[in-house]
Amino acid sequence: MEVDGEDGRTQNQLRPLACSHNILYRAHGSASWSLRTRTLRKQTGQIDNLLKSYLMRMRPWLNGNKEALEFKFHHVWVWFRYSGLPLEEAYEMILKRTLQSICHLTINPNTTTSIIIQVINDDSALLSCAINAACVALVDAGIPTKHVAVAICCCVAKSGCKMKAFAYLAFPNSVHSVLPERSSSMQGKPIEHGIVTSVTNGIMSADNYFYSLERGRAASVRVVRVSQEELATALN
Amino acid sequence: MGLPNASGDLSTEVEVDAFRRLFPLRLYEKHLLESIRPDARPLGRARETTIALGAVASANGSALAKIGSTTMLAAIKMEVMTPSLETPDEGCIAIDFHMPPICSPIVRPGRPDEAAPVVAKQLSDTILSSGMINLKELSLVSGKAAWMAYLDIYCLDVDGALFDTALLSVVAAFSYLEIPVPVVSLNDDGKIVLSEEQGLSDREPVNKEKRKINLSSIPFSLTCVLHKNYILADPTAEEESIMDTIVTVVLDSSSQLVSLHKPGGTVLAYTSAIQDCIALTRQRVKELQKILEEAISGMEVD
Repeated sequence: MEVDGEDGRTQNQLRPLACSHNILYRAHGSASWSLRTRTLRKQTGQIDNLLKSYLMRMRPWLNGNKEALEFKFHHVWVWFRYSGLPLEEAYEMILKRTLQSICHLTINPNTTTSIIIQVINDDSALLSCAINAACVALVDAGIPTKHVAVAICCCVAKSGCKMKAFAYLAFPNSVHSVLPERSSSMQGKPIEHGIVTSVTNGIMSADNYFYSLERGRAASVRVVRVSQEELATALN
Repeated sequence: MGLPNASGDLSTEVEVDAFRRLFPLRLYEKHLLESIRPDARPLGRARETTIALGAVASANGSALAKIGSTTMLAAIKMEVMTPSLETPDEGCIAIDFHMPPICSPIVRPGRPDEAAPVVAKQLSDTILSSGMINLKELSLVSGKAAWMAYLDIYCLDVDGALFDTALLSVVAAFSYLEIPVPVVSLNDDGKIVLSEEQGLSDREPVNKEKRKINLSSIPFSLTCVLHKNYILADPTAEEESIMDTIVTVVLDSSSQLVSLHKPGGTVLAYTSAIQDCIALTRQRVKELQKILEEAISGMEVD
């Protein structure tokens, strides 16, 4: 495999991942997720992409909105603090919908869970880092979720490592993957093959998109292992 | 009162409208079994689409697009400005998306709706990354003067598929855009001055006539809603609120994928579902291309 990336990575290599949880005392749950980029030329400079996500106290919230007949009394609010760009609000909406789809909304009625994501440093792949950090924080807080979402960023590049387009993909990861005996499946397709969230930027052919889906799925296995190991240490 | 049969019993006693308000999902599922929607549309068909070009007379280019009841007005005004140092040969497009309170009872004055910045970001990403407009065409004098296109999109009515309608109105507005004739000259301080006069010997007119902008690879989009195994194309606002998994696919005229936007949602999208969405979008691209061409040729006849 040729060395393509500027930092000496091959096509399938991920940046070194680091994850830690329970770092904040006041919050119900918290997690930090970082991807470290190392530049080959300057050994002194280390650019981190750290994301801390933490949950505030769950407080009772009287649900007086128009959807009084529905059974969704549980709100999930996401606050994304970066630099006040309109980017923030779009990311907030994507994060909110992703996390809403993995939480069980009916378990705690009349409650609001606030998820606050603080970006410490940005070196691209921001959205996928945020989703991963938020999921680990949810598990840390003990909020029951249907499955954990694992996010990854794949990019389609012309030769010469000029990025043409990129896609943020989030896949569900079944809790059954921790138990090796069986894995859940829906209509014969394993649940890991579905996509929770996909946001693309730039032009790519449809085939390239499906190819990057496969690569993303393969890479997400490694990403999940990082967070699973981290959470396993908490249980022991 | 047996719960599994509660809605069944009520459906024989209660009118359709009340049933629709109380159990919207069950009403839709009953219809989906017959592969049809409550408004008698088949699952894969989009609503009636119309484009009116030149809706705003004072703007350089404008269009009003309607998909069903969703209405969007896009208007472009051009202004000369100095290009940035990094791109001295390129003009600039400034995109602004507004959702005034007229569009929906949910939007209140002074408080922007939460959908607005999302659609705004999606629009600007799509327009800039699709390569529809070559920014170099907007350049006048390299390094000194270039066109800045102020693109304003106003949502006038919300009924689902906001992004589709907005993108259609932008594309139509750009295809109707006429870049005005500037007379650009340097005044004594060396600054660019735009003047409307022609015929003075010491000033050089840059353009002789109004010109249209060249659009390559126009993007078109289709929003679909996923519910269990069904894919509903072009949802109304009611459908979007009941079934929360929304997928937007943007394809350009050479069938390249410009954007695939699926922000979460309870239904997981498997590869087969995505392929179906892309196939539906391809059909829709052909329909929209035809509608746009008819609108443009209609204007030229006048």
